[in-house]
Amino acid sequence: MAEQTIETSVIAAANSKTARRRRNWREFKDKLARFVVTGGGIMVIVAIVLIFFYLLYVVIPLFNSADLRTEKQFEQVPTNNVHLTLDEYNEVGLAIDEKANLRFFDAHNGDAIANFTLPIPEENAVNSFAAGSASTGIFAYGLNNGQAIVFQEKYKISYPQGTQRLITPEIQYPIGEELVQVDPQGQSLEMLTVQSYDDLTTLIALTADNRLMMSRITKDVNFLDDTVFTLDTETVEIKLDSAAPVSMLRLDIDQRELYVIHDDGDIAYYDVQNTDNVRLIQRVSAVPDDVEITAAEFLTGGISLLIGRSDGQIDQWFPVRDAQNNYTIELIRSFSEQTAPIRSILPEQARKGFVVLDESGDVGIYHTTAERNLLVENILADANAKMALSPRANGLLTVAANGDTQFHEIQNEHPEVSWHSLWEKVWYESRSEPEYLWQSSSSSSDFEPKLSLTPLTFGTIKAAFYAMVVAVPLAIMGAIFTAYFMSPRMRNLVKPTIEIMEALPTVILGFLAGLWLAPLVENNLPGVFSILILTPIMVLLTAWLWTKVPKSIRHRIPEGWEAAILIPIVIVVGIVSMKLSLPLENLLFGGDMPGWLESTGIGYDQRNSLVVGMVMGFAVIPTIFSITEDAIFSVPKQLTIGSLALGATPWQTLTKVVLLTASPAIFSAVMIGLGRAVGETMIVLMATGNTPIMDFNIFEGFRALSANIAVEMPEAAVNSTHYRVLFLAALVLFSATFVFNTLAELVRQRLRKKYSSL
Amino acid sequence: MSNSTFKSWYQSGSPWVWLNAGAVSISLIAVIGLVLLIAVRGLSHFWPADIMSVEYNEPGLEPTVLMGEKVNHEVVPAERVPSDYPLKEGQTTVERYLLKIGNRDQFGLDFRWVNKDWMGEISYPKDILAIERREWGHFYGYLLSVQQQGETVAEGEQAWPEFQQRLERSNNLVAEIKYIEKIEIGKINQALESLRLDERRLELDGVPEDNPAYAEIEAAKALENEKYAKLQTRLSELNQALVRDQVVLQMSNGQEVILPLAKIVDVVKPNEMNRLEKMQHYFHEVWKFVSGEPREANTEGGIFPAIFGTVMMVLIMSVIVTPFGVIAAIYLKEYAKQGFITRTIRIAVNNLAGVPSIVYGVFGLGFFVYFLGGNIDEIFFQAKLPSPTFGQPGLMWASLTLAILTVPVVIVATEEGLSRIPRAMREGSLALGATKAETLWRTVIPMAAPAMMTGLILAVARAAGEVAPLMMVGVVKLAPALAVDSVAPYLHLDRQFMHLGFHIYDVGFQSPNVEAARPLVYATAFLLLLIIVVLNLTAISIRNRLRENFKASDN
Repeated sequence: MAEQTIETSVIAAANSKTARRRRNWREFKDKLARFVVTGGGIMVIVAIVLIFFYLLYVVIPLFNSADLRTEKQFEQVPTNNVHLTLDEYNEVGLAIDEKANLRFFDAHNGDAIANFTLPIPEENAVNSFAAGSASTGIFAYGLNNGQAIVFQEKYKISYPQGTQRLITPEIQYPIGEELVQVDPQGQSLEMLTVQSYDDLTTLIALTADNRLMMSRITKDVNFLDDTVFTLDTETVEIKLDSAAPVSMLRLDIDQRELYVIHDDGDIAYYDVQNTDNVRLIQRVSAVPDDVEITAAEFLTGGISLLIGRSDGQIDQWFPVRDAQNNYTIELIRSFSEQTAPIRSILPEQARKGFVVLDESGDVGIYHTTAERNLLVENILADANAKMALSPRANGLLTVAANGDTQFHEIQNEHPEVSWHSLWEKVWYESRSEPEYLWQSSSSSSDFEPKLSLTPLTFGTIKAAFYAMVVAVPLAIMGAIFTAYFMSPRMRNLVKPTIEIMEALPTVILGFLAGLWLAPLVENNLPGVFSILILTPIMVLLTAWLWTKVPKSIRHRIPEGWEAAILIPIVIVVGIVSMKLSLPLENLLFGGDMPGWLESTGIGYDQRNSLVVGMVMGFAVIPTIFSITEDAIFSVPKQLTIGSLALGATPWQTLTKVVLLTASPAIFSAVMIGLGRAVGETMIVLMATGNTPIMDFNIFEGFRALSANIAVEMPEAAVNSTHYRVLFLAALVLFSATFVFNTLAELVRQRLRKKYSSL
Repeated sequence: MSNSTFKSWYQSGSPWVWLNAGAVSISLIAVIGLVLLIAVRGLSHFWPADIMSVEYNEPGLEPTVLMGEKVNHEVVPAERVPSDYPLKEGQTTVERYLLKIGNRDQFGLDFRWVNKDWMGEISYPKDILAIERREWGHFYGYLLSVQQQGETVAEGEQAWPEFQQRLERSNNLVAEIKYIEKIEIGKINQALESLRLDERRLELDGVPEDNPAYAEIEAAKALENEKYAKLQTRLSELNQALVRDQVVLQMSNGQEVILPLAKIVDVVKPNEMNRLEKMQHYFHEVWKFVSGEPREANTEGGIFPAIFGTVMMVLIMSVIVTPFGVIAAIYLKEYAKQGFITRTIRIAVNNLAGVPSIVYGVFGLGFFVYFLGGNIDEIFFQAKLPSPTFGQPGLMWASLTLAILTVPVVIVATEEGLSRIPRAMREGSLALGATKAETLWRTVIPMAAPAMMTGLILAVARAAGEVAPLMMVGVVKLAPALAVDSVAPYLHLDRQFMHLGFHIYDVGFQSPNVEAARPLVYATAFLLLLIIVVLNLTAISIRNRLRENFKASDN
């Protein structure tokens, strides 16, 4: 309102108060507008740039190394501990000593929480100790009369006052408090290993007279009351086949594989699945002569065995199946970041990582699949300390022989990701060779995530390649004709049509590809190929015959309408080819071309790369077409006129002058088209089987990066490794298209400069 | 002679020109063919097709009568049929029809491939009924009688009018029940939920339990519960009335079936209808499709929520994208110093138009939903935690994500429009003493308005067709409620919504009965296509007119 009164009022004198006030007001408005527009504009641009940085911000933690902080330090009464554990919440520690005393204590200040003493008869002395897989919390003592006792740590969690958590530790006896007679001859058990899982318990012990005894206890729980059960014990002797003294026994959690480690560095690998058929599968010399095995532990899941050596190296071994279905253990990978002899190895419980303590007091954190050393830090003065890793692998408790106790916090969120695990061949557990695999999740808790982006990137490239094979020739040739030969009237029809084509939602294209085209192609495969061959032939034939058509007819159709003449021809070719498909298939391929392809060793999926290539090519054509067409059309007229005036035919002018001038723009069009093909999601999601295979076969599917994100993102837990790896996939896509587009844009800008000088 | 003309023909480059022309023809055929394919399949779905009745003698089985709608037809090479198929001597192909036989609850499947060799004579009996049911898909059969509480009230000739009359009554009852369930009970639920939140908020604020505020809330709750009980009695009365009528129908195999009217949406006798009636029914069906709600895991019924969701999302997106896109373009063109940085920004903006949409989806999920949304919940919706309000995918985040995705389109189009305005216009205005802001506001922007409009239309067209990012930031298979309703604050930006494009993906690829869903997917695709083509044609025509205008002013 105010503005209007000013406008309609009589003009004030130039330097009067009113005029100055008005001028100031206008100046203020101008400044305000400048401020608002500049601020807003910069804000929008920052918001756009933010995308890149946000993706980066989510991805970067993947590559952080681990961090270890000593949180608490206190003294305890020194005891001769044989084992130490830490509960899931990093609150309660359990120290197990050599005299069968168990002491639960507060992991942050050492206050005793509970003490237990095992029911071992006084006349029997404890000789040996064994710990089962950390996730089960199973332990056993071996006695000097050939007996053993199995016990288990348990934590009861209750919330007596609302949100305050109370952890009550307990000791349970999974096979009862009765002692198990592992050696019927009653010899003392010098060395012991134990596992108990799912009602099956196995104890394997080395007796004083060097016999290896195995007891397998099957528990049969009463289905009405699970505290009532019966036990079935079998005891067998395992024949040792080497005279070298045994230094370690290791049994996997499924109680199928036994590894006996000898002093001379040999590992003997036994199959102990059936008590009546215990056999040695293999004996390997695992270390060079001058090196000893100083520690051995299973990785979580009980498949891989980690061997710590006296030269500080840690080796990972696991059984590999060969073509004849025989298992042999093989050295998979080694970690040699530490140099002092390895003292102990603590596997993580949920991931394929582990923590290592060596003689010099260095603690190392590793991950096997990623082949990553995340940390080596000297935190202990006394290498005789016992360590415990919490089940969530975020706390480390150490108790030195003199009672010095430390609690450390570990920050190690994403050890499973490295350049190696993302892009290179990885030898996963239970696979027969190193492979590129993508399998991000599974229902089992000791699953080894297979996070190779290589097959997905391969899928993206494959899709883009076949799409470009279809799109580039059609789009460029079409653009040449439209820009250079077509009559303006037809051009006015063609250009909007192609622009509409660009706007078609890809979800519609993908749905047609998956539900209409894929079955159509499968049922008429010979017809599809005959279209590919017949169309160019028929076009050329038409062109030749056109010269034979009487002039009177020819002149009725003005020049530049060739494309319109060809439309019915192409349609007829299509229809005839489809009609011919069935007889052709009967004639050449025994009636079933996909089946015929399968029999020649070429796999055939209904939703395959051929379908994707056709449909995605269709989606990319308009992008390439528009840019190329614009470029050719805007080649300065004096160039073409000059060329024609010198006697060149239109075709010569086109190839020698126009295309050369426009070639940078054509390149940039192809780049932009490629960018679009790489990032396209819905078509690849709907028109392929989405299986991450690495095979360039046109009749098989693939899984592209974009489709993978679309499928898995909604299920990925926030800030989990999986979530961040999907962000990384998005970042890869972003960067790839950004590179293509920038390249295209730079070329185009240079071209624009060149044109303006012509 | 002929050889030399061929050679000269070849040398003239004419074959190459023709090949290039061929590429244009192929592209044109592909676009037009595709649009026609979708249009024909999508539109023909609503036509009440004739239902045939045919005797079917499958070797080794009792002869039966099949009744259904012919959906598809194919010729299969003999090699692909099962080996136990009794081929005739020298037979190389087998001809089959796909029949929609309906009655899925009775037959187990509603589509069946039948071999032509085993089919007897085809007839189109006039009195076959095609019944659209609320569940289990279509029912095809003959009407025998109409029952009320199990007693026959009409038979033979009188049955049909009686059926139609009673169907109208039952449909009215169903509509009333739905109104009560969705609107009135929905209101009560909302009220109860907000009361619960009030109570939780009091608890969070540490208000002691003997505070009168709690009693007030309890009283309000009791009031709502009372209302609810009243509605419940009304509902059970209506349900009582609804189950009154049944019809007795005979299926193709002679078996009799009793169908409660409550389960029936619509009934026609397609074989008896003439063109005009069919046309009428056709439009009725189209209207039901556009305005109805989906049933049967989205494979039946209408797509109104999807249309509504798409429109809402696009509208909110436009409101966000237009000012920001235009301001950014004006800044780049009019205020920023033209130099290396501006050029870099321009390249970056251009590039962003080419960044895959899925990347925007990932960004939207991470930044908007989890980061922004999570923080908003922490600050404003603490009472509702741990169930998220804005910390989950929803309409607002979807719109924002698409706004970021389309902002380069608006920027580029606006910039182009601004750069088309002749210098003389600006200089004239400045020379008359106008400030820069005044020049912009009164001269430049009005002239560039059509360009902005074009940018916005293109942005809307792109947004309407985008699906991949939406799958992460707010689109769902089936939204329980629309984003706009009669409960304050009327527009619920935190709600998830349905979308036409996602509907196509979901129904076409995730539904258990793809065959039944297929026509619906085509129809949905046609609708989406129509919206996008119309939007684009508008943009193109605006742009063309714009060019003409400027050509005139340039001269």
